[in-house]
Amino acid sequence: MAISMKSAFGKALVGVMGAGLVASVSTSALAAWEPDKQVEFVVPAGTGGGADQMARLMQGIIVKHNLMKQPLVVVNKSGGAGAEGFLSVKNSKGDPYKIIITLSNLFTTPLATGVPFNWKDMTPVAMLALDQFILWTNTEKGYKSAKDYIEAAKAAGPGKFKMGGTGSKQEDQIITVGLEKATGAKFSYIPYKGGGEVAVQLVGNHVDSTVNNPAEAVAQWRAGSLTAQCVFDDVRLPYKTKVTATQSWNDIPTCKEAGVPTDYQMLRGIFMAPGVTADQIAYFNEVFKKMMATPEWKEYMEKGAFSQTVLTGKEFADWLTKAEADHKQLMQEAGFLAK
Amino acid sequence: MQDNHNNEGGAISQKSAEIVTAIIITLFGAIVMWDSNRIGAGWGSDGPESGSFPFYVGLLIVISGIVTTISAFRADSKELGDFVEHEQLRMVMAVLIPSIVYVAVIGFTGIYVASAIFIIAFMMWQGKFSAIKSILVAVPVNVFLFFMFEVWFTIPLPKGPLEAMFGY
Amino acid sequence: MEEINALMGGFAVALTWQNVMYMFIGTILGVLIGTLPGLGGANGVAILLPLTFSMEPTSAIIMLSCIYWGALFGGAITSILFNIPGEPWSVATTFDGYPMAQKGDPGTALTTAFTSSFVGAFVAVLMITFLAPMVAKFALKFGPAEFFAVQLLTFCSFVGMSKEPPFKTIAAMMIGFALAAVGMDTITGQLRLTFGEEELMRGFDFLIAVIGLFGLGEILLTMEEGLAFKGTEAKIDAKVVWQTWKKLPAYWATFIRGSLIGCWMGVTPGGATPASFMSYGIAKKFAKNPAGFGKGEMEGIVAPETAAHAAGTSALLPMLTLGIPGSPTAAVLLGGLLIWGLQPGPLLFVEKADFVWGLIASMYLGNIAGLIVVLTTVPYFAAILKIPFSIIAPVILVICAIGSYTVGNAMFDVYLMVVFGIIGYVFKKLSYPLAPMVLALVLGDTAEGAFRQALLTSQGDMGVFFANGLVGGITALALIMLFSPILSKLWGMVSGKKAAA
Repeated sequence: MAISMKSAFGKALVGVMGAGLVASVSTSALAAWEPDKQVEFVVPAGTGGGADQMARLMQGIIVKHNLMKQPLVVVNKSGGAGAEGFLSVKNSKGDPYKIIITLSNLFTTPLATGVPFNWKDMTPVAMLALDQFILWTNTEKGYKSAKDYIEAAKAAGPGKFKMGGTGSKQEDQIITVGLEKATGAKFSYIPYKGGGEVAVQLVGNHVDSTVNNPAEAVAQWRAGSLTAQCVFDDVRLPYKTKVTATQSWNDIPTCKEAGVPTDYQMLRGIFMAPGVTADQIAYFNEVFKKMMATPEWKEYMEKGAFSQTVLTGKEFADWLTKAEADHKQLMQEAGFLAK
Repeated sequence: MQDNHNNEGGAISQKSAEIVTAIIITLFGAIVMWDSNRIGAGWGSDGPESGSFPFYVGLLIVISGIVTTISAFRADSKELGDFVEHEQLRMVMAVLIPSIVYVAVIGFTGIYVASAIFIIAFMMWQGKFSAIKSILVAVPVNVFLFFMFEVWFTIPLPKGPLEAMFGY
Repeated sequence: MEEINALMGGFAVALTWQNVMYMFIGTILGVLIGTLPGLGGANGVAILLPLTFSMEPTSAIIMLSCIYWGALFGGAITSILFNIPGEPWSVATTFDGYPMAQKGDPGTALTTAFTSSFVGAFVAVLMITFLAPMVAKFALKFGPAEFFAVQLLTFCSFVGMSKEPPFKTIAAMMIGFALAAVGMDTITGQLRLTFGEEELMRGFDFLIAVIGLFGLGEILLTMEEGLAFKGTEAKIDAKVVWQTWKKLPAYWATFIRGSLIGCWMGVTPGGATPASFMSYGIAKKFAKNPAGFGKGEMEGIVAPETAAHAAGTSALLPMLTLGIPGSPTAAVLLGGLLIWGLQPGPLLFVEKADFVWGLIASMYLGNIAGLIVVLTTVPYFAAILKIPFSIIAPVILVICAIGSYTVGNAMFDVYLMVVFGIIGYVFKKLSYPLAPMVLALVLGDTAEGAFRQALLTSQGDMGVFFANGLVGGITALALIMLFSPILSKLWGMVSGKKAAA
């Protein structure tokens, strides 16, 4: 028992409890800004989803490697497709103790619901990664390629083929619309609540295809029930380790190669409240830099086949400006804008 | 409704409570219908629109509200008796009003301080406990809650100036 | 028999000193988390998840899943003692648990609840051990139409049993549905009934409503009776456990039904909450003494608790075999598995057999640990009722406030809870039934979503609800349940006539 008391869990718990004491003693020594109380990490999505997983992994890595002296506390504010979380950050002007992880709802929610916020209402800190999307079909159906599948969908007639996706007027549906535009096929889009559920609906043949993230469908892919048709990016995924018996992420063709030119990636980035100082932004950037260097983070990136594009400062802002314009155009064409 | 006030000890008659509640419910239903109709309550080409389910729910609320209102009007108020007596109402208010004040104060002092004050006040006022006994219950309970939420589980609850002094 | 060998291997993995200690830490934390309303199993696991990254994956998952078992056990405690459900799935436990405790039998009520939970969990673990691959295939058959049929069945098995005036029942139920519709519509992404208010975008959380309606509402009613319980005359006796156990076997049929309903609802993500309602409703329909339900009937505790725990436990099966979470807590655990580099899904049983069987073995052990922990606490919890009302009432109110806040991290929810408390008090006095309202609030959103998803897949054709044997069968069963009171009346008239002739 004595040995087990020294277990990692005990240490972690003590670490969290002790952190408050340590920090209150040693603040004044440093010139650069450092948080002197716990930092709230807002997740504008529910527990268990992709953004939530990433936030909790970050929290875990930060605790394990002791990258922050103060605790980082994950808080889910998922109401109104994430609007609740964004508004809480927008309304905390100058508060450096609040950071938020974003997904595509940063752009889609204000456009689709008319809730008043924009990424410019917050302070962009860093893009940590881009999440990929893949066109999946059920292996039993035997479609040889994305082209093959799209042809079948066209032949069946508009609306006969069902595309399952997460949420409504969000990334999955936008990709579906993009795919329809590029190919002329027409799907019935069926919105579900979570990505894992969507993948299983495809295995059960309740829908004909999905555009799940790699992480959401990888289990069924490896089990052979799903086929990865193409990845919605202009270059192939870089990961060459075999994931299934015969294929690696790198073996999946891009949608362009497959003859259905569509691309889309989802932002996984960090924002702070408006009006924070450069020092405060620099502090978090430093923490994330250290975090991204850990083996745990690298492993997570590879497991989920993320695109490891890291941007900060002006480049990040430029990227956001462009992405916002793209979303606006896509959603306008699809008729998704709030009336 | 005036004659109901003749009942000894009755603050609110059952009949008027029934009627008022049923009317509020009817209005609630009407609001639901109105807003649902605004966003579209039809049956689209592929199933019902966003508003149609709540629209019919609102309609059912309105219907049952009206039926309840009418039957309440027709009921004999003597038979129904009182909704609440004066003494009962006083007792209910003795909890409800402090609860409302407590919840309102949370926003200013944070949840732990407000809770401690609330427990002390309630115990002294309702339970006629001594100040010391009340404090001995309220403070440890809230210190325990503080450690559990803020320190062990790191769930931030609303905090005020006192917690800020300790760096939270 | 392969499974038995694998399971024995699993016990070898799970039964180290460290792991047993984690089991006990986990269940104790879980009971604590489950007891506090608002702070659910999913929250608890999510919060502790990052702390376990530096642990061995098997130990970590054992501890986290034990938190979950603990929360499943703990949800019943406040339901029985204060009429405040600690977890959504213990709402149905309040119906009979609270009256029984008020009659002076909190010990029996708690023991019944804990034992039923344990039985439900045990059946579910047996199913996971021996039927996992088969059950996973069954789960795949569930599309939107089938989900809707299940929701309908839950609903139909529960309604038609209240004694309140029919129009008040309809009003209460529809208010529940209307509140469930507030917020974002999942199918079109449109905001409904929010009137431009930011606070309403989140929608009405079922727990907030329940904490207000049952918790605060009950305190107001108690006050009205003039501080009626200055501490109930609770007889607390260490023997209460044995005495209760002697009575429980009589409800073997309820145990079996509850476990089956729970396993089914856990595997085809229906969830523990609907399972508990369905089980309660069906138990009442089959009971010899349905009139006793709601007044402290033992069977009324057995039914929902067995089903809830069976559902909560079997929810891990689709998570492990398919990678879909059967419950919010399972969703968080799933995230944990991914972070430890384990890929839940069809291959997990093949590639990480040690881990999987260790986890399954820990389900047996964890639930036994949980039962031991909670049963030893029965006398202490029961003793809480002896504390004078003027001390316990403000503490309960504080817990209600904290619970409401933690559900969505919002002060607005705390205000809302008070409003629901007033509604609960008024409705109870005017005999508007609260249970249908709460059930509608739980099921409304998902049922409507599934209904519309199904119609999207069929392009508007209602025939989708009778399209195959499975969905048609469930829908038919639901309709039979709904009309069973009328049918049995007709039957009674027919057979009555025969007897007269």
